[in-house]
Amino acid sequence: MFRDAWLIAKKDIRIELSSKVIFAQVLPFSLLFVVLAGMVVTTDFVTKGAESRNVLEQVAPAVFWIIATFAAIMALGRSQAVESSNGNLDALRMAGLDPAGIFLGKAAAVFIQLLALELIVGFAAFTLYGVPLASVGLLAATVLATTLAVASSGMVYAAVAAGTTTRETFVPLLILPVLLPVLLAATRATESALFGVSGGWNWSAALFLFSLLYVGIGMLTFDVLMEES
Amino acid sequence: MSSQDSTNDKTDVVELQNAVALINRFPALSGVDLRFEAGEICHLCGPNGAGKTTLLRLLAGLLPLHSGSATVFGYDTSSRFDRRHLRRVAGLLAHESFLYDELSVEENLQFWAKAHRGDYRTGRNILKSVGIGSRLASVPVRGLSAGQKRKVSLAIFVCRRPRLWLLDEPHASLDEKGRDFVDKLLLRAVEFGSTVVFASHNHERSSAIATKTISLVGGQVHEEAEQETAIKEVKDVS
Repeated sequence: MFRDAWLIAKKDIRIELSSKVIFAQVLPFSLLFVVLAGMVVTTDFVTKGAESRNVLEQVAPAVFWIIATFAAIMALGRSQAVESSNGNLDALRMAGLDPAGIFLGKAAAVFIQLLALELIVGFAAFTLYGVPLASVGLLAATVLATTLAVASSGMVYAAVAAGTTTRETFVPLLILPVLLPVLLAATRATESALFGVSGGWNWSAALFLFSLLYVGIGMLTFDVLMEES
Repeated sequence: MSSQDSTNDKTDVVELQNAVALINRFPALSGVDLRFEAGEICHLCGPNGAGKTTLLRLLAGLLPLHSGSATVFGYDTSSRFDRRHLRRVAGLLAHESFLYDELSVEENLQFWAKAHRGDYRTGRNILKSVGIGSRLASVPVRGLSAGQKRKVSLAIFVCRRPRLWLLDEPHASLDEKGRDFVDKLLLRAVEFGSTVVFASHNHERSSAIATKTISLVGGQVHEEAEQETAIKEVKDVS
């Protein structure tokens, strides 16, 4: 299983390095969103003087995770698209690879791509918005747990949508409601990490549990999902 | 006979009785009776939509049987468990290339050889034989012509050394030399104990190598004909 996972993850990363869809298209889109959000929020509160900056700080975690979620949807769609084209999903089935290994490999590749993207976008957003940083450890744990939760749950629902003819629009419809609790927990945990509010580790632990749950669900169900797609 | 490896059984590689397979609830195969023996080269012909591709996908274990019975090497194609095992001994060269456009020829070959637990060197040799040498190895697949893609797919297909060769229009997009090469490969596969089933609209070329021709119409077997001496004749020519 781990051999197959490594093979698939390496292949997906290689495809991204070759096509640069995430870093040449999704990353600029995300950075543009960071700038736009900063401009819109600042303009809304410009009459209140220094307070506008505080509002921007306050919404920074939510803005960051909303951007990360949109980037994740694009990365998941892309991950599914490379298998849908040229009948590659059938080829993977014919290869007799362990479906749990395929799930782990594809989720791992999305996890790595998102993590790299979030580091750049997070650095840009929190620097631009001028937010403080109270706990580096909590922020790192939150980013890791949230990214794992998004990659694992997203991969399960992307596979569910793979068999439909409208998967491009169906994937966000399926994933966004599922990711709502993840977004809430990630935003609360990030607020704690940035502003020193208590309770952040509890949110982070909940995110880890959520991601472990979906890793388990994905490993158990990917066989059926691949057969049905 | 579920889940039993009966690959040594020379008489029953494929056995279909009143087999029905659905594509989006439509019976693309509606009551097919067939029997392929080990070492045969079976040519599937028929008009578009006759069920040739569906039959190949059923035999590959990619499509579940809806009703009737269909066993390949003793694996029951109605069982998900059996289909997974079947896919390890059957190989499918489909209409689609089964290639990643963003990866180079070499990267595709390396990935699929590992995924299939196939022989990378065999694939490399096939590529050289069909003119995809080191000059094209680093070219992304998206930059290849349809014929070149077909040759790469063929090399990957052969490197996994399937016991049952299933090929959907294997001559499509290939030049004359490439088509001859495919025919020789099919004959060589049979020499090494594999069974070949292929769909083709190229009747002249196909009937020269096939030991059996099956005509499908409307998801049913319309006609079945044996050609005992075909393999020998082509060997003499080549």
